[in-house]
Amino acid sequence: MRSSYINPVSAPMETAAHLSIQNVSKIYPGRRSLLDKTLRRTSPDFTAIADIDLEIEPNTFVSIIGPSGCGKSTLLNIIAGLSYPTTGAIVLNGKPITGPGPDRGVVFQNYALMPWMTVAENIRFAVETVYPAMPLAQQKNIVHEYINLVGLRRAERKHPHELSGGMKQRVGIARALAINPQMLLMDEPFGALDALTRGFLQDEIERIWEQERKTVILITHSIEEALLLSDKIVMMTRGPAARIAQVLDVPFPRPRKREQLDQYPEYHELKAAMEHHLSFETRVVEESRIKATA
Amino acid sequence: MTNDLLQPAIAPQAKPFRLNTSQKALILFFVILAVFLALWELGAALKIFLPIMPSASQTLKDFWFWISDPFFDYGPNDKGIGLLLLTSLRRVMIGFLIGSAIAVPLGILIGLSPVVSQAVDPFIQILRPVSPLAWLPLGLALMRDSEKTALFVIAITSTWPTLMNTKFGVSNVDSSYLNVAKTLGASRWRTIRKVILPAAAPSIVAGLRISMGIAWLVIVAAEILLSGGIGYFIWNEWNNLKITSIITAILIVGLVGVLLDRLFALLQSWVSFGQRS
Ligand SMILES: Nc1ncnc2c1ncn2[C@@H]1O[C@H](COP(=O)(O)OP(=O)(O)OP(=O)(O)O)[C@@H](O)[C@H]1O
Ligand SMILES: [Mg+2]
Repeated sequence: MRSSYINPVSAPMETAAHLSIQNVSKIYPGRRSLLDKTLRRTSPDFTAIADIDLEIEPNTFVSIIGPSGCGKSTLLNIIAGLSYPTTGAIVLNGKPITGPGPDRGVVFQNYALMPWMTVAENIRFAVETVYPAMPLAQQKNIVHEYINLVGLRRAERKHPHELSGGMKQRVGIARALAINPQMLLMDEPFGALDALTRGFLQDEIERIWEQERKTVILITHSIEEALLLSDKIVMMTRGPAARIAQVLDVPFPRPRKREQLDQYPEYHELKAAMEHHLSFETRVVEESRIKATA
Repeated sequence: MTNDLLQPAIAPQAKPFRLNTSQKALILFFVILAVFLALWELGAALKIFLPIMPSASQTLKDFWFWISDPFFDYGPNDKGIGLLLLTSLRRVMIGFLIGSAIAVPLGILIGLSPVVSQAVDPFIQILRPVSPLAWLPLGLALMRDSEKTALFVIAITSTWPTLMNTKFGVSNVDSSYLNVAKTLGASRWRTIRKVILPAAAPSIVAGLRISMGIAWLVIVAAEILLSGGIGYFIWNEWNNLKITSIITAILIVGLVGVLLDRLFALLQSWVSFGQRS
């Protein structure tokens, strides 16, 4: 893997990741130790997601959308290797995932930039960690290339606390891409941003993805975001034991422009289907909560 | 309120003279100081206090005597206040360095390893609340030397805050930083060096700051019982019934304490980068 690092921005993609999610469930164990029993605070096991099966073809952009708390982050963390499935397996290019690794770049919702490193140092840390044997000059080139890619040339010597949220997430994206992963995993990367910045970064992601196709999994709450960026949209049911309700194909040609999307008749159909699904699932969740409190 | 707004400005050219908060505070500070000194002077003049109590003016005169020539040296019991301070500061620095050299690595170790942490915890819990001066006789017995005993006491007492803070900082690193390191496949050693230690730096320095404060508190007490330095000076001047020297020494000990604390505050903001703490 280390030796296969060719100039990442200009070189054509030579890594293509096929991800296979096979029968994955996650059960969070409840509290039932002796201590919990004496304190009368036991809780039953909680099945967050159940029997998730999904094939993700190489170089497709997949969005996962579902009601709040259904288990999207749980699934993504399992794919990232930060958490483990209770049953089932996730297979990346024929090899089961057993833990985190640099073949999957992760973009975090809270940016997770090291506050004591500058923008360039944050990206450099990732490159150096993944390619320790790479000559220094080449590492620097890569860092600069990705800083340019996300348009942060003038902020490269700044520390994260001097950046706006949008700029921070650009660093997060550059850091995830700079290690040339086979897949990009993003958990609500724009969730903490205002609407305008969010739209701007969505366009950036679309632009970057045109340059550098990768297998991407994006978790989002935004129907428009999913429609703008995805090839496929995975809609999940409400939890507990959340499942995949439906997988939608998004057929619009690329490169896509936000303003042009609603010219396609399918756009409105897809949007209506998603709105219907999400509002139905959310209503059931809210109604059961109201019943539980009454 | 509304009336004020509706009324025409009476004299717009006479802009009211306004002070900001810190200017007001400064003025108040001098007022309090002046009142205090005046009452003190008055009390001494009217002989309200015991006769041993010097007047404010006498104290100020002696204060000036001590700080105008801080480095004279007329033998072991007659040194300028600067030399005395240097002795105390040197002891504090050496003791503090020894204490920190133990506390920081040990704190990192117990912060990283829950097993070591639980195993060492009983020792720490029992030794930590012991008064610094309780270590003095033990130090004398072990070292048979007052200088080394002073260092021993300073080292021991300045260990605890750094130890506890280092452990806290290391074991409470934001999990998102650790997740970044994990997803990059960073080795344990690299994660410790590049992520955990810088992330814990603000709490480590906060611990060092508290430790330094305590070391400076303890040195005076320790030197009263041992010899040399500003603490011994205070005790010696009490034996000479020179209250003005004692007051001078108290003020100077306080000023140096503030200075040391400011120094560590600077270091703290330098390692913090807008993080909490
Ligand atoms: N460590 C845990 N222990 C127990 N339950 C958990 C744990 N982590 C998550 N859960 C539960 O699992 C469910 C799914 O959580 P998850 O964070 O994956 O949802 P999500 O779809 O990402 O939600 P959101 O849209 O709010 O981000 C939730 O009901 C949550 O309470
Ligand atoms: Mg989530």
